[in-house]
Amino acid sequence: MFSFCTDPSILPDWQWMACYLTTGKHMSIYWSVLTVFLLLAITAPTALAFGFAGASAARSRIAPVSWLGRGYIAIVRGVPDIAFFLFFVIALDQAIEYLRHRAICPDWTEPVRQGNDFVVCAAAKMPLGNAPQWIHETYGFGLAVLTFAIVFGAFAANVLFGAMRAVPKAQLETAEAYGMTPRQTFWRVMVPQMWVYALPGLSNLWMVLIKATPLLFLLGVEDIVYWARELGGTKTSRFTEYPHGDWRMWYFLALLVFYLMFTRVSEIVLDRLMVRLTRGQATTGGEAQRKAAT
Amino acid sequence: MSCLQTIADYGLRSIGIGERLLPREDFTLCQQFTLIGSGMIWNIYFGLLALVFGFMLATAVAMGKNAQSKLIRKPSEWFIFVFRGSPLFIQFFFAYFLFLQLKGVHPFFDPFSAAWLGALIVLFLNTAAYSAEIFYGALQSIPKGEVEAADAYGLSGWPRFKRVVWPTMLRLGWPAYTNEAIFLFHATTLVYFSGFPAWQQRGDALYYANYFADKTFNPFIPYPILAGYFILLTLVIIGIFGLVNRRLNRHLPANTRQKMKLRMNLIR
Repeated sequence: MFSFCTDPSILPDWQWMACYLTTGKHMSIYWSVLTVFLLLAITAPTALAFGFAGASAARSRIAPVSWLGRGYIAIVRGVPDIAFFLFFVIALDQAIEYLRHRAICPDWTEPVRQGNDFVVCAAAKMPLGNAPQWIHETYGFGLAVLTFAIVFGAFAANVLFGAMRAVPKAQLETAEAYGMTPRQTFWRVMVPQMWVYALPGLSNLWMVLIKATPLLFLLGVEDIVYWARELGGTKTSRFTEYPHGDWRMWYFLALLVFYLMFTRVSEIVLDRLMVRLTRGQATTGGEAQRKAAT
Repeated sequence: MSCLQTIADYGLRSIGIGERLLPREDFTLCQQFTLIGSGMIWNIYFGLLALVFGFMLATAVAMGKNAQSKLIRKPSEWFIFVFRGSPLFIQFFFAYFLFLQLKGVHPFFDPFSAAWLGALIVLFLNTAAYSAEIFYGALQSIPKGEVEAADAYGLSGWPRFKRVVWPTMLRLGWPAYTNEAIFLFHATTLVYFSGFPAWQQRGDALYYANYFADKTFNPFIPYPILAGYFILLTLVIIGIFGLVNRRLNRHLPANTRQKMKLRMNLIR
């Protein structure tokens, strides 16, 4: 990286550190920090969409749809989420391959489950065996995002379901009295008003989502946890120009500090957003703001 | 091999009693139920001990955060912030490698890098921080009248805390604390995926479920079994905490009692 990095063994401490922290492998860990942000940026809206669909389904007047929505919300309660993470990745992978298998190789007669093996025809493999490395990585990341979205969608659905019920009943009755159809009432009256009630729950969810990102490691994505373990391990001078002892503790300390800072910043931003959203609302928060202003 | 034989062989496998080798092929349903159930011993062990010790520390930290003196308040706030603001997963990793380093310094730290003690300490501190925040919130919402009444009766200091503040705090915080307890038991599944090695394949329920899923490429059997066990455990926790809740609220008229409201469990 720097011009003085040619022979690390003779460098003074700070220069050694500067060179060490900018090696090619360290660039990977910085990239994986970006992966975390990317995951959050994709998952948050997707989970919100899943949640919105789930909450709307749970409110439906058609019984089976309502059961589906309520079941989706309820199933995540009572089961450790990490089990979901481990389960969904294999289950989704196999479901996709199975569907492709049925579509692409209809004349395949052998059963897909042969004892302990899951066998589909070569053309149905996902991604294809001869696909380049980046497709494999993107596919893995995509599965991880989908898994996160399904699990966090259930949480978001619960929050939004509660928020929809918190919208004052009089508002909905008024809408009905004006002759709005249920669909109009839902989109024009309920949805715009529910966000204030949903925000505390959603911001809590955001914090939890941030703290769930290291679980990417369990889904087989090369994320910051992977790199911290990799780079922190003892290195002898035979394999690297920067030999050091077992530094994994320091790497994880750095991760700890990174997450603390991230949650702290989110907390501050979300607090401001809440102040902004409660302005002029008929809630205790809004009332307090009004009193403080006068 | 009959199912009873399997239970005899593997029922206590997770604590090292019974058959040494795990089944390698021809997995039966009975084996999966038995081994995953056997792993639950560890989940209950971690959850129960962390909950009991965490409860005590949480009360102290909550009082600390509520204290007037900055010298006591600041450390409590930081403790809560550090453990609530970072992922438990990273805390596990950090603690494990920290203990590994300390092991080199002094043999006293030898047991700390094993899951039974090291992970327990992390879980204990973690649940203490989360519960402390709950109790702090409850302390803040103790009705002013109750404390004033205690003053009027001449109670102060320790008797006031023991007879008025503490019971009310527990009563107000209990529904949230129930969630925290459920949450903690779920978090115990992270232990063997976060650095702490499973010595001689003695792991928790998820460790075995994952073992079966890896070996059979079929997640549809072991994970639902695990889910079933956890739903059962959750129901037991709700039952026990509900009894305590009834006792805490026994002096109140039935219609003003605090209902147990169970909210969604989230990852920490």
